[in-house]
Amino acid sequence: MMIARLLWTILIAPLMVTLVAVPAAAQGTVKIAYIDPLSGGAASAGILGQKHFNYFADKVNAAGGVNGQKLEIVAFDNKVSPEESLIILKKVIGDGIRYVAQGNGSLVAHALTDAVLKHNERNPGKEVLYLNYAAVDPALTNEKCNFWHFRFDADADMKMEALTNYIAQQKSIKRIYLINQDYSFGKAVAAAARTMLAKKRPDIEIVGDELHPLQKVTDFSPYVAKIKASSADAVITGNWSNDMLLLIKAGKDAGLKVDWYTYYAGALGAPTAIGKDGIGHVKQVTEWHKNALPEADPDQIAYEKRFTGKEDDFSYWRIKTMFEMLVMAMKNAKSNDPVKVARALEGLKYKTALGEVEMRADNHQLLQPLLISTMSDKAKYDVEHTGLGFVTNGKVDAKDTATLTTCKMERPK
Amino acid sequence: MLELIVFSLLNGMVYGLLLFMLSSGLTLIFSMMGVLNFAHASMFMLGAYFSYQIGKVIGFWPALVLAPLLVGLIGAAVERYGLRHVHRHGHVPELLFTFGLAFLIEEVVVMGWGRNPIENRVPSALDFPLFTLFATSYPAYKGFMMLVSVGMFVALYVALKRTRIGLIIQAALTHPQTVAMLGHNVPQVFMRVFAAGTALAALAGVIGGFALLTAPNMAAALGPIVFVVVVVGGLGSLPGALIASMAIGIIQTFAVALDVSTIDLLRHVGLRVASDSVFREAASIKIAQAAPMIPYLLLVLMLIFRPRGLMGTRET
Amino acid sequence: MKGARWMTLGATLVLLPLVPGLNSDFVRSMLSQMGIAAIFALSFNMLLGQTGLLSFGHAVYFGLGGYIAIHGMRLINQGLPVPMPLVPAFGAAGGLVFGILFGAVTTKRAGTVFAMITLGLGELIVAASLMLTRFFGGEEGITANRTRGPHPFGLTFGPQLEVYYIIAAWLFLSVALMYAFTRTPLGRMCNAVRDNPERAEFIGYNPQRVRFITFAVSAMFAGIAGGLHAINYEIVAAEALGAARSGAVLLMAFIGGIGSFGGPILGAVVITWLQVSLSEWSTAWQLYLGLFFVIMVLFAPGGLTSLIQLHLPLIRARRLHRLLPSYLIAAVPALVMTMGAVFLLEINYRLATKPELGTRTTFASIPVDMASPWPWLMGLGILGVGLYGFRRSWPRVADAWTAVAEPTEPR
Repeated sequence: MMIARLLWTILIAPLMVTLVAVPAAAQGTVKIAYIDPLSGGAASAGILGQKHFNYFADKVNAAGGVNGQKLEIVAFDNKVSPEESLIILKKVIGDGIRYVAQGNGSLVAHALTDAVLKHNERNPGKEVLYLNYAAVDPALTNEKCNFWHFRFDADADMKMEALTNYIAQQKSIKRIYLINQDYSFGKAVAAAARTMLAKKRPDIEIVGDELHPLQKVTDFSPYVAKIKASSADAVITGNWSNDMLLLIKAGKDAGLKVDWYTYYAGALGAPTAIGKDGIGHVKQVTEWHKNALPEADPDQIAYEKRFTGKEDDFSYWRIKTMFEMLVMAMKNAKSNDPVKVARALEGLKYKTALGEVEMRADNHQLLQPLLISTMSDKAKYDVEHTGLGFVTNGKVDAKDTATLTTCKMERPK
Repeated sequence: MLELIVFSLLNGMVYGLLLFMLSSGLTLIFSMMGVLNFAHASMFMLGAYFSYQIGKVIGFWPALVLAPLLVGLIGAAVERYGLRHVHRHGHVPELLFTFGLAFLIEEVVVMGWGRNPIENRVPSALDFPLFTLFATSYPAYKGFMMLVSVGMFVALYVALKRTRIGLIIQAALTHPQTVAMLGHNVPQVFMRVFAAGTALAALAGVIGGFALLTAPNMAAALGPIVFVVVVVGGLGSLPGALIASMAIGIIQTFAVALDVSTIDLLRHVGLRVASDSVFREAASIKIAQAAPMIPYLLLVLMLIFRPRGLMGTRET
Repeated sequence: MKGARWMTLGATLVLLPLVPGLNSDFVRSMLSQMGIAAIFALSFNMLLGQTGLLSFGHAVYFGLGGYIAIHGMRLINQGLPVPMPLVPAFGAAGGLVFGILFGAVTTKRAGTVFAMITLGLGELIVAASLMLTRFFGGEEGITANRTRGPHPFGLTFGPQLEVYYIIAAWLFLSVALMYAFTRTPLGRMCNAVRDNPERAEFIGYNPQRVRFITFAVSAMFAGIAGGLHAINYEIVAAEALGAARSGAVLLMAFIGGIGSFGGPILGAVVITWLQVSLSEWSTAWQLYLGLFFVIMVLFAPGGLTSLIQLHLPLIRARRLHRLLPSYLIAAVPALVMTMGAVFLLEINYRLATKPELGTRTTFASIPVDMASPWPWLMGLGILGVGLYGFRRSWPRVADAWTAVAEPTEPR
């Protein structure tokens, strides 16, 4: 009887071997794991980013790939959860993927950058590179910086410098309300707004500093009621995805008349939500918008030909920059090995249609031009099929966006 | 200040009435079967999606009627082929069945409409400001929501207390065997009540769908609060559900407006909390930040001190 | 006999990650996940299966234990001379303390009221965790490093294999202790309280006391699982406490079978495998999981172990082979039916979630154009044929069972 039992338990092993699906690492492709929300409240952001990734990977492959290998994007849904992202990271590493990309949610970015550093320290020869395209908590390139993390989006402080410089010139603004999501990024935005406004326009009164739960609020009307009660002239918010669109929708429903100074009101449903009420009032600081250049970029045209839905706007110019710089770094390094590519990527200067950009070697933050723009009905190219677009009011050159860094990263020998 | 109070009250009432629309069906089902229907909020979600789909083809007003009917039929099928089958295995499998059903419905919705929130727009007939007070406008669709919820309450109350079928239902709630012996088809009564409950949830979904975001996670977002309402209000009690939902709706909305923390309150009394004390962080939480916690606090307190709920007629 | 079982368990745990084919980090990671889930599911079953308490907020103790453990890890990183394998003891302590604290309040009632209190308490703790950022780390959670601390025998605890053995050791210990618990008088009284609390009271036991103590012990083991989770992932965030995790452990225990001691372990293994491997094959895997769960609830509420136990007497009487012909006959239409359903679900899912990829795709290397009605009709047809055949084959299976259940002659 005992032998029968032992035999049964031994049989489990081969059974498990056959059942466990371990995809073989395909030769000839460089896989990039895309770890972002594909479901839930932030899904619109993750899905839009994924489309950009797919488009640019296909573009690179159509031109013959890089160093003889094609790029392949493998997408995973992390539901903006740090724990889920680490579970996915383990899986991704087990699948032999060496490049990881993420953007939506600095909370995830903190966990990922930590985990990637630990993995790389413990597994020399199997390093993984982390390409961050949208998580902009400044800490990621300061206290938490490391050699394996590269950020292609201006951080929250850089964006706030540009925004507050513009606000400083608007003499009519006397009272500002801050509303942000309650996590590292939202808090960073609020803190930056306070310190920078105190320096540049000490006469402006901050009449509210609100932190609301991340991706959980379905009805912002109580918050809008508070903004109204404070008689604010302008609202500064770093909200993104559903939090931005629901906030601005509630504002429109209540007839809130303020100027919106935002990071992310130009996409993911927010322009549709506010519609014509936003003309002249909704402003954003971004690295690009559809009317940044006199003519539409060819990638913008090709992308929108492929993805035609109204929530499929070409918005992530920085993903274009990221792919182009990544390919250039790979070509310069003559290899697709992450360590060599990382060395080639840091300090890399690159010319884009909007100006020259540079990946800082000291903290792996990309320096690129920043634009302040306002919603208008006279723009040449509209967003989300609304007939409304953004027009540039101010521009900051790449090198002027640089901020001081406390980063002290360890480099591999 | 007055403006803040008035609009907080109005917003709170609308939210409370939405909760009531959702919980009225659930409290009936709960008291009838003693079973937590985890899939109730999923029926709400189905109502929102169906009305969107039907509305695209026929228009909003027919959808307002058809979507709840459709979901009611689904509810009847669930009761007849699912719950009734599982009932004989006991309470736990019943609960688990509705739990699994909620999970399943969410996945089916993703399969049908994708993961992104869908463009469930307010119909143009309701897309105007109802009135403007203190330079803040109040959208008409919120007024419509209030109208439908109040109408629902009145209709339900009258149906249960004044009609013959209502009397039978009330009797079947407490004495199913006696009612069966009197010749009524009690299982069919149960099925009809279940169907009516889910249809009510779907009606809430039709209207709530454009006030909130119509997305596959809308059921999971609202589900727990609805349970709070049902339990706090008391099982089997419609007036209790109304009071509880209004209370929770208004308290939560007002809580957001209060930027007051325990430290502020203590300061008024003259006490200070040291900045390196262990309690500093907990004490500096503002009521606005604690707002999401309030309904659950109420639930736990109510269950400890008065498990019957506010106006319940019995414990489970 | 019993000793042999324990030895097999121990041997399997030790040898499993060394089997060729299973010795990759990916599989070891999955085995680690299974181990953690098994302890968690067993602790949950102490409440549900043994004492009849259905809890919707058991993850609270898993999470709180995990948070205490990760803070312990941080202290170790800063110099506390405790080796990492002992960290789950912190988790156990945390789970026990909070189990006593909250258990005093929640176990006052039983039945549905208990279920509701645990649901409410769970949501309450999640909401509170996002407010007390010093302890809970806010949305980002708390991280630590499992390699910074004492290194006994030169082990750094960086490699997944070492983490697996830590988990396996604690799994063995927890299984042994929880099994021992079921054999104590208290464990027996749990069953009594589950079946007939009134009668238990008549004999002189206080059902509330029994529930309270069991609750605290169960929370302690959940805390151990949380501590192992902290070591494995080096991060604990709000999801560790959340409703989704409470739901997942409920799923695992139930699918495995709440009526037997080992059922939850089986459930944990199966569900973890589904979560890890099935998601590679299909994006609709959660739908399959949901369907699987609902079918289990409807047709096999005793879980997988009940299905196995149904066949055990036949195995002992060496009569199992008599059922095989009818099973095979039923399996063919069942397979056809499943394939039809899977086909329809997969193409539907793809169409709904990835519309921009177009309507042309391949299903198992067969080209399919989803815009035309043919794939849909074919899918429905296959499903229908399979369903019909399956229904027709069922009486055969029933006949085979009646035949095989004839009393055995004395041997």
